[in-house]
Amino acid sequence: MSGASHRISGAGRFSQAKTARFSFDGQSYAGIEGDTLASALLANGVHLVGRSFKYHRPRGILSAGAEEPNALVEIRRDAARKTPNVRATVQELYDGLEAQSQNRWPSLSFDVGAVNDIASPMFSAGFYYKTFMWPKAAWKSLYEPKIRAAAGLGVSPDQPDPDHYSSRYAHCDVLVLGGGAAGIAAALAAAETGVRVILADEQAEFGGSLRFESGAKIDGQDGFAWAQAAVAKLTAMDNVRVLPRTTAFGYYAQNFVGLVERVSDHLKAPGHDLARERLWQVRAKRVVLASGAIERHMVFADNDRPGIMLAGAARTYLNHYGVAVGRNVGVYTANDSAYAAAIDLKKAGVNVAAIVDLRDNPTGPVIDEARALGIEVNFGRAVIRAGGKLRVSSMTVQPKNGGGERTIPVDAILMSAGWTPSVHLFSQSRGKVAFNDETKRFVPGTYAQDCVSVGACNGTDGLSATVDEAYAAGAKAARDAGAKTAKGTKPKVDASESWSRGMLGAAPGAGPDTTVKAFVDFQNDVTAKDIRQAVHEGMRSIEHVKRFTTNGMATDQGKTSNMHGLAIAAEMLGKPIPEVGLTTFRAPYTPVTFGAIVSHARGPLFDPTRKTAIHPWAEAQGAVFEDVGQWKRAWYFPKAGEDMHAAVDRECVAVRKTAGLFDASTLGKIEVVGPDAAKFMELLYTNPWEKLEPGRCRYGIMLREDGFIYDDGVVGRLAPDRFHVTTTTGGAPRVMNHMEDYLQTEFPHLNVWLTSITEQWAVIAVQGPKSRDIIAPLVEGIDMSDEALPHMSVREGKICGVPTRLFRMSFTGERGFEVNVPADYGQAVWEALWAEGQKHGAAAYGTEAMHVLRAEKGYIIVGQDTDGTVTPNDAGLDWAVGKKKTDFVGIRGMARPDLVAKGRKQLVGLKTKDPKVVLEEGAQIVEDPKQAIPMKMIGHVTSSYWSENCGRSIALALVAGGRDRIGETLYVPMPNGVIEVEVTGMVFFDETGGRLNG
Amino acid sequence: MLLIRCPYCEEERPELEFRNAGEAHIARSANMAGESDDDFEKFFFIRSNPKGIIYERWRHMHGCARFFNAVRDTVTDRFVMTYKAGEPKPSKLPGVGK
Amino acid sequence: MAKAAARKTTPAASSSVERRPALAGRSTTAAAVKVEVLPPVERVSLRAPEASAAALSKALGVTLPKKPKTSASKGGRTALWLGPDEWLVIDEAGNDPLADCAGVAALHSAVGISHRNIAISVTGAGAAATINAGCPQDLSLDAFPVGAASRTILGKTEIVLLRTAADAFRVECWRSFSDYVFTFLSEGSRDAAV
Repeated sequence: MSGASHRISGAGRFSQAKTARFSFDGQSYAGIEGDTLASALLANGVHLVGRSFKYHRPRGILSAGAEEPNALVEIRRDAARKTPNVRATVQELYDGLEAQSQNRWPSLSFDVGAVNDIASPMFSAGFYYKTFMWPKAAWKSLYEPKIRAAAGLGVSPDQPDPDHYSSRYAHCDVLVLGGGAAGIAAALAAAETGVRVILADEQAEFGGSLRFESGAKIDGQDGFAWAQAAVAKLTAMDNVRVLPRTTAFGYYAQNFVGLVERVSDHLKAPGHDLARERLWQVRAKRVVLASGAIERHMVFADNDRPGIMLAGAARTYLNHYGVAVGRNVGVYTANDSAYAAAIDLKKAGVNVAAIVDLRDNPTGPVIDEARALGIEVNFGRAVIRAGGKLRVSSMTVQPKNGGGERTIPVDAILMSAGWTPSVHLFSQSRGKVAFNDETKRFVPGTYAQDCVSVGACNGTDGLSATVDEAYAAGAKAARDAGAKTAKGTKPKVDASESWSRGMLGAAPGAGPDTTVKAFVDFQNDVTAKDIRQAVHEGMRSIEHVKRFTTNGMATDQGKTSNMHGLAIAAEMLGKPIPEVGLTTFRAPYTPVTFGAIVSHARGPLFDPTRKTAIHPWAEAQGAVFEDVGQWKRAWYFPKAGEDMHAAVDRECVAVRKTAGLFDASTLGKIEVVGPDAAKFMELLYTNPWEKLEPGRCRYGIMLREDGFIYDDGVVGRLAPDRFHVTTTTGGAPRVMNHMEDYLQTEFPHLNVWLTSITEQWAVIAVQGPKSRDIIAPLVEGIDMSDEALPHMSVREGKICGVPTRLFRMSFTGERGFEVNVPADYGQAVWEALWAEGQKHGAAAYGTEAMHVLRAEKGYIIVGQDTDGTVTPNDAGLDWAVGKKKTDFVGIRGMARPDLVAKGRKQLVGLKTKDPKVVLEEGAQIVEDPKQAIPMKMIGHVTSSYWSENCGRSIALALVAGGRDRIGETLYVPMPNGVIEVEVTGMVFFDETGGRLNG
Repeated sequence: MLLIRCPYCEEERPELEFRNAGEAHIARSANMAGESDDDFEKFFFIRSNPKGIIYERWRHMHGCARFFNAVRDTVTDRFVMTYKAGEPKPSKLPGVGK
Repeated sequence: MAKAAARKTTPAASSSVERRPALAGRSTTAAAVKVEVLPPVERVSLRAPEASAAALSKALGVTLPKKPKTSASKGGRTALWLGPDEWLVIDEAGNDPLADCAGVAALHSAVGISHRNIAISVTGAGAAATINAGCPQDLSLDAFPVGAASRTILGKTEIVLLRTAADAFRVECWRSFSDYVFTFLSEGSRDAAV
């Protein structure tokens, strides 16, 4: 025995011998294995579990499922593992579970914030929009922080999540969502045909409402027992995947459904490899929706007192968990189903003080049975108010059209206004709901996807009809998905329960007295009065009412409140319900953790980190790396005691004095092969290519059709039909896409193919006067003389015994080479070159020195000195445009009037008057620093560095009419004063270019 | 995530493998350099942006890498059909009225 | 054509410097699956119109498949259909497919990419589940039978997938993505017993 005060001996489906200890707000309790936190608390007589969002009212457990608006707690495993807003009705108990209540201070039973309840006239509907509008500045500094502190739910954890989450794409023929009688019947019918079936249910146990329907009998068994046997059978089938604790949270296009499986939240000590949650992204040929229905509460004064709950939930706690929610319960209903709860409790030995039924003269077997058991039944009466604060103590009853009041002492009230079909997923699938005026329910109307609704979510009443419908639908779904044979037998319903409709909207106890709090939406503290007020203040659309009152906008998305809210608004507007309309259901059905959505994409898997073959060497040298797209590139190589500035200065000087080695492997590389390779190059680049001799290279510029520079790079012609094209590091994928696009769709007649070889070749740039001396001893089969291998040429041969494509080219202005070797040899060849380099005093240099060295020569970097609005002419690269060419991508765009107009921004050099001052990249340039603000900006700095080789700062800038301004003085206004600059040409070092052969 | 039928792979494949490439059937002039400003404007800048049926180019980027054409309904976000690059605009669309 | 291609890559044995493949020897074993980096092989990215397929097939000794999502294998050489004019040719027998293509006069492009790609094998009962941790394709044997091959997605990268047995896949990716792909598959393998 668990020893808990409200556990009924012999009731429930779990062994009461298997105790699980847990704590709530530091108090220790005993539950049993199989309990939810909610059932275990109720077993101990605990109803008060939280404080409400806005008014801090004491709240209890309303439901026994995912629709729970009140019983939100924080579950804490350790300092990093604390989860706020966990529904106690869903959280399974494990031995040692620690739970805390939320949104209260200093304690749950005495909460200072409850003053909001008294001051509630201030917080009526739309109060955010009205109360805090003046003074404007106070919103940010005062009102918003205060409101956020006072209103709210749980506190998010402040440490990194130590758990891991997994994800899986899955495909099936039939996906069945919901594992009650309907879902199980549909899954059986589909599975028996042999097609691939996935059956998912949010509960730990399958069975849905069979958990509480004590009157159900299927195939000769108790309904719940049948469900377990059927699911065991399904689990054993190879073609079926059964997913308990799995919520379908989103229904997307083409039967793509997102599900979250709670893998280990119910375990005392989850194993290290066990994910906390698993995200399933399922593509199904057919979907069967069997999501059931959710019971509605009655809307009357103080209907939120702890101890007041849904009748079906009370029945679940009794029949499934063996827990009586009270010892002396009252029942308030507008439909039959609450009678069944009263009957079950009465039979279990609980006193049922009275059933109050709003209906005038209902008849039926449950009513007769209740009477036969000696329960007092009152028709045509309403509960107009509940007594008690931290726990309900009484209900006050009055004839519904007025008259004498009578107060009945109770310790719990079970209520039922009827059942709302769960059309959430159907609605997410873009299906259109239809209102059934007779049953006052929205049910699936027009389908938008290959799915079908069965059972209670389809408005089908009664177990027998449900199983018939679901089994047929499951079989049809399988057939539609391609099943050939079926060999099963339909489950036979021997006994079932059935009940009638109920009511929507506010019951008589909900006012019109405006001081009354009759809650429609418990989680967001929305009352019947708030909805009426919204209409009164001019809201006409239900969408406006929703936003004005926040009805249905809490984390439970109004699972219990939407229909009541709608009915009250409709009544106020004097319109039928379907004309007022239902708000749209959106994913997620219940909150989904970021962990599940992010899944594997954290830490090293957040985004690929690309490293070159030479990376390990640079790392061992203590290089500092910078991110360039997904690549890690060596930024600079500091020696002991050097800061970045010192390291870069040393690297830059070494390159020009002796030589430097640079890892250029990240450059995009594309092999263009085929008899029409040169023709294709002519069309994709501004330059002429037909006459470029094999073995020679050319700097190429690629434009978009609009005439602006898109990319650049050196291209080597290896053979008449083979080019080795290089692109910028960041541009590699898009350049490849751009080239493929033109090749496939504009020039498909050309016989040429493109292959990315970026990662085939590691590239080692060796630059500087000693570069040839370093390389030559290692090279076989290539004449390294200037005559045989002039600047801008390429040869294939061997280096260190491995194949190489050796480019003689320079991005520094020095004699230079780029050694391409197959990537796996990259590091070894680098090490061999490095050893040679050491004999000459060569340095390794990083991307920062590379940037400085190229800027000293006025070589542009596409994407830094250009921004997608720069033409070749703007960049001073007219020489690279083939004047005789009749077509290339961008030829027409380049000739647009604006692109040839005078006064365009042109790339020029800038020298600060004070050579020590280094401009800021991005800084704006003006002609007259004394002009009124806003000043006319005529350009901006694109590149700016300290150049140790020049002994001064250097900069490149885009300046309107820049080339005509060479020699002029311009100004760069900065926060600390105006910087005077002289406009110069773009080359700061070795203007004649003699060092290329130096 | 949508399923898109690749006319080269001859099956529906997940959207993650694809990339949209803008409106289809906008021909690049054989005499590009001789285009008038107005014609270039129409070619380069003007797109139909319809509500309803749109003809688009897609690339099976992470599949067969082919560009192809697709007919999609911008209202329902449904693909009506796909066809190979270079094939003419279909005169009849399956399942579309009018 | 393809004169440059005729200059065949030198076999590793005669190199004077060490070959250092990415992730060499890395492997991880979980309950239902083993993830293992495979040794280097020769690879060619082969592009050709349909008319050249017969001549190239003859030269390579393996029939280039014409059907989407398929592969053909013979004598340690596998040709994967990647697109209507594109095959990935993998040689695990130590021969040089690039050299074999060089002698073909028919129109084609053969580019050596032996070092561009890394291969990772995923084997065991949970192999498909491991890959489905980040690959959106249906990997059931009906939809992706033994021998099926496809370029596709794994997490945030592109891979080429080849099913070598009911419970075995070869995953090819670019060299610099191999760390990501291996780590992703390792993570996926932890959850693949389900």
